[in-house]
This record gives sequence, structure tokens and C-alpha cells, in this order.
Amino acid sequence: MHAFEYIKPNTVWEAVDLLDADEDARPLAGGMTLLPTLKQRLAQPTQLVDLAGLEDLQIISEGPSSLTIGAMKRHVQVARSPSINAFLPVIAHLAEGIGDPHVRNRGTIGGSISNSDPAADYPAAVLGLGATVITNRREIEGEDFFTGLFSTALEQGEIVMAIRFPLPERAAYIKFPNPASRYAAVGVFVARVKGEARVAVTGAGPCAFRLPQMEEALDRSFAVEAIQDIEISQEGLNADPSATPEYRAHLIGIMARRAVEAAAR
Amino acid sequence: MPIKVEITVNGAPTSAEVEPSTLLVHYLREYLGLTGTHVGCDTTQCGACVVHADGRSIKSCTALAAQMNGAKITTIEGLAATHPDAEGLHPLQAAFRDCHGLQCGFCTPGMIMSGSALLLENADPTDHEIRDWLEGNICRCTGYHNIVRAVKAAAAAMRQSQDAPRPQEAAA
Repeated sequence: MHAFEYIKPNTVWEAVDLLDADEDARPLAGGMTLLPTLKQRLAQPTQLVDLAGLEDLQIISEGPSSLTIGAMKRHVQVARSPSINAFLPVIAHLAEGIGDPHVRNRGTIGGSISNSDPAADYPAAVLGLGATVITNRREIEGEDFFTGLFSTALEQGEIVMAIRFPLPERAAYIKFPNPASRYAAVGVFVARVKGEARVAVTGAGPCAFRLPQMEEALDRSFAVEAIQDIEISQEGLNADPSATPEYRAHLIGIMARRAVEAAAR
Repeated sequence: MPIKVEITVNGAPTSAEVEPSTLLVHYLREYLGLTGTHVGCDTTQCGACVVHADGRSIKSCTALAAQMNGAKITTIEGLAATHPDAEGLHPLQAAFRDCHGLQCGFCTPGMIMSGSALLLENADPTDHEIRDWLEGNICRCTGYHNIVRAVKAAAAAMRQSQDAPRPQEAAA
């Protein structure tokens, strides 16, 4: 690793001040991606601003039709939260499937989405439920948040405070894990939210994306039959040793059907 | 610029001036000489470096010592003291020996720290739950079957020791 300074502020404004003053400073959440990135010298931050001391990023709050999860909630906390299990079990289930127990004990929801890893699970949920990302400056619609490979709409000095998920009528997330890394080779999140079908894919492209064609079909009928003949284009899909674009296109169809089946139950 | 960290390791307070980039596993091995915690892959995959931080298992190759400032860490060297059997071993250490749960032994510290973390929250795990939990620990000798048996045996032994009267109570 290149040398860096480490600072652990106690308030959001202190953290933001540090990040604002130095464009090469990086926020540190659970570190499950950032630390491996630093080890490979793929990033060279001047300072790491550890967000673990920020109480404001630790909330879980229930609204009448939504549930808000603080950015520093670790995957294990999301998986076991009674309120998330009661009101948004699909998110508890998704969190329980990330990495392995030791990774879930450290990794956070805010870190996962801020990193926009093409194979992360949470981005599919943000798009699939139409969630809102709450930062220290504004609210960003899920649609506008992920802008590409490892890139988001976040600006310098802007950190994710929480994610607000609308409560769906039904929802499910199914992934096909890479056999070695267990990251999603393809993951599909399907939901019906406020009467509208939503389908979001992770693992397959540069960042998570929606499938309007499937959403229209599911709007007509929320059933496996409605989507089983839809051809998924392999154009722009990721190629790596675990899966070709053609295979990923095929997996999107399969995962989507399984997710619709699970959501319809 | 070096920073000061204070970490409780196996019940004892420790502290040192470290570079901010010092990983927890290097703090344990190089500053404290606790070389039971292994560095296998150094990429958060193999689990040879698992330790407990405030009661939860983590991969010590993917945590900065600085992030652990103020935390309570248990390593393989300190595990037995948390739950000693008659021979002074943790029941899971004894079960690894009895069930032939190790071959070359490289993954063993991580396997035992991982398995013991499971037993902290699930006193009677099924084979499936054990295999699912050990997803983050790799054994290149592929000795998984006996590792799963060892975790099961340790769970049974720990349940039994909990039910049985303590030796001094039995004597009285």
C-alpha cells in the first residue's frame, strides 16, 4: 500500500470538511473493497476518512411506506435487523447472501453502493425498488445514482448518509454467484412497487441497470410466462473468465424467471 | 505519519505507534509476535487470517490496525482461555484433533476462529449451516469433511458441558 493518513472524525460535518478540503482523500466505510484496492495500488488516497464513528449513519427508521437504512449499517446488521426482516425481508435476504460471514461483519450498505462495483448486490436493490440515496447535500434518485463502472453521481465532499427504500407489494432477488469470488456473475432483482413492476440487473454490465422490456411485460402480468420468451441482448455485457456476454444474457433470463417465481409466492 | 493504536488482544492491553497502512494481521504477527494468525491469500478470500473483533469474526488482512483502535481482539492463541476444557484447549481445538480436522494445518487457525464464531451464535448448527458459514474459509488440502465433523463434535461437547454440573459444583 502507498502511505496515507488515517482520520476518524466524530461528526458528519468534520468528515465532509476533510473530504471537501482534499480531493485525494477517500471515505472509508467497511473497507471490504477499498482496502483490497489499496493493496493492489489501484488507488492512492492521501487520507482515509473513517466513517465508523458517525452515529448519524447508523439509523434504521420505518416510515409509513418506506424503510430507511443508515449508510454504515453492516451487512450482518441489515440481515438480522428485526424491522428490516419484518418490513423489507428481501433486503435482509440479500444482505445475508453477500460474501461470507466475516465480510458481512465488516462491509456496509453505504460502502457497497458508493463503490458501484459491477458485481455488488445492493445496487440491484436500489434500482429494483426505486430507492432514494440520501447524502449530506441532497436526495438522489436510485436511477440517477449509478453512472458507470465504479462511478456514481456523488461529488467531492459528498457522502451517502442513508438509503430510503419504498416498501414493495412483492419483491425477490436471485443471483448466480461467480464460482470462485461469490460475487454476482448475474443478479436480478424484481419487484412490484406502487403497482409498477421493476426489474434490475447487477453483475452483467458496467454497473447495475434496469430492463424496461421485462418491466412492461410484468406490468401486464406478474408471472414467469410473461417474460419467458423475452430475448436479452448480450450487447455491452461484461466478459470475464467466469462468464461470456452470451452466457450472462442467458443467465439474466433464468435469474429473472426465478426471481419472479420467488416474488409471486 | 505513525499513529498510536490501543487494542486489547486476548484480554491484555497492547499499544504501538504504527503506520496508518498497517493491517491488523501485521500488527498481530509483527508487533505482538502472535504468528498463529496466518496470511494466506491477502485478498479477503481464504480466511486463514480470521480473528474475533468485539465478538465477531473478521478477516484481519482486510482491516487496518487503526480501525481496530479500542477493539477487543481474540486470536487463535487466546481462544482456549475463552472456553477451556480439562486439557486447556477450546472444545473446537480438541475436536479438530479428534476428528482429524487438519492436514497441513495452514488454514486451521482461521477455520477454528471461524467455526468458534459460528458456535457463539448457534449452539447446534446443521451440516448445511456449518458449510454455509465456512464459505469464507478455504482449505487447500480439501479436508472440509472432517472440519465440518469437528465443528459438529465441538458443538455437541459445548452443549454437554453447559448442561453438566461444573466440576466444583459436582464435588460440593
